[in-house]
Amino acid sequence: MRTKVLSSLALGVLAVAAMGALAAPAAPPAGSITGTVTYTGTPPKMKPIDMAKEPTCAKQHPTPVMTENVVTGPNNSLQYVVVYISAGDQAGPAATATVRYDQKGCEYVPHVAVMEAGQPLEIYNNDQTAHNIHPLAKVNPEWNKSQPPGSPPIQAKYDKPEFIPVKCNIHPWMHGYFVVLGTQNYSVTGNDGTFSLKGLPPGKYTVTAWQEKFGTQSQEVTVTGTGATKADFVFKALPY
Amino acid sequence: MGKLFAVLVAVITLISAGVFISRIWWLPPDISVLGVGIDHQLMETMVASGVLFVVSQLVLAAFVWQFGDRGDGRAIKTFPGGVTPMVVFATVLVSAEILVLSFVGTKVWGGIFMSPPNPNALHIDVQAEQFAYYFRYPGPDGKLGATHPELIDDGNSNFFGLDPANDTAVRDDIVSASLVIPVDQPILLTMHSKDVGHAFYVPDLRIQQDFVPGLVIPLQFTATKVAKKEIVCTQLCGLGHYNMRGYLEVQSKEDYQKWMADQVAQQ
Repeated sequence: MRTKVLSSLALGVLAVAAMGALAAPAAPPAGSITGTVTYTGTPPKMKPIDMAKEPTCAKQHPTPVMTENVVTGPNNSLQYVVVYISAGDQAGPAATATVRYDQKGCEYVPHVAVMEAGQPLEIYNNDQTAHNIHPLAKVNPEWNKSQPPGSPPIQAKYDKPEFIPVKCNIHPWMHGYFVVLGTQNYSVTGNDGTFSLKGLPPGKYTVTAWQEKFGTQSQEVTVTGTGATKADFVFKALPY
Repeated sequence: MGKLFAVLVAVITLISAGVFISRIWWLPPDISVLGVGIDHQLMETMVASGVLFVVSQLVLAAFVWQFGDRGDGRAIKTFPGGVTPMVVFATVLVSAEILVLSFVGTKVWGGIFMSPPNPNALHIDVQAEQFAYYFRYPGPDGKLGATHPELIDDGNSNFFGLDPANDTAVRDDIVSASLVIPVDQPILLTMHSKDVGHAFYVPDLRIQQDFVPGLVIPLQFTATKVAKKEIVCTQLCGLGHYNMRGYLEVQSKEDYQKWMADQVAQQ
């Protein structure tokens, strides 16, 4: 009797352990790819944006907002460069977190919003003026929507990967990008130009860096262990 | 009833005339060289048409009072000869008035739209688009470079379609969202529209001129007072038309030079 109880207990423990193993397999060792994006040459000079015609926006900016097509940082670093795995990525469940895009002070914040194809996107108008957001999609369906002050956020999503310039049909200076990717593994460079792609199992990857004015660059990177593999990008900048 | 109508017509006429005479709704003070002539012309038109309006309305009221149907079976009198001579008489009278006013106004009109460009004018290129104005000044080289509509890129602040990579003349061009000008300086605007019809209206300058896509329209004026005034679009141009405006800043010569130096430094 006692033996029976013990053996069923042991079986039970084994079963639980087996179930646990099925539900959450031990994560394979994951490495990362890190690096910096910089430029050589002379980048175009960013210009101050005059918002005088929209006083509610102008007064939110004690110093003029500058255009953000090429934003540079210390040591020739480049900001707002999207670095992502363009090949070698293992398909995972689709991203479900909502990406937030703001219209604030007659600017798009963030300047570049990155999302996976199919990921929900919410566009807010935080201003005391109407906006009419117009993402200039070519692969995905193109639309534009008017959003008076106090309107609820616009719900959107893009099903196909694409780099979509975004403009406002009311304020010509407003400019941003929706970057729709086929991966969740991406990083947008900060002002120091650094990026980091994490959770990469060992293997061969193609890493691509995209800058709105300078285009794309790719390189093959092999991740071997759990450490960080280095991959830097250098864009050639022209003043015009 | 007829007499009540006569009184009503007379009262409405006198009140409307009173509004104009007391200048309750009047144009803002003029700040341009051309404004004097335009105001003079406006006043002539207003007096000529105003006097005719008041007289004809009061005559109408008097006739209604005197000859209106009183319901007593009295025959209603008609204009001598019937309706036709009356219509002919009214048409000739109004046509003559309009012709005389147009003829007298030609001088002022010609002064604005027909006079050759002043060689000392400051040339500023204007681009109107949904829903903003942009003004382009020649930089230190004194030249406005060529524009290429296919290169227009609002996201890159290239509102005029300049080609700085290949055209050195445009590299120093100043583009501003406000029209900043020195006082007492003749200005020549060359007006372009990127998309649809727009208008440039500054009541203080007594100027209202449409932008027509595909046409380059010259416009000359000289501002005589330091001031900041609104430029508004008076041609329905789309969803954001209500929001299409800019500012005219007339500055002293020193302030203007300072402003221009700042702009050049930012290039």
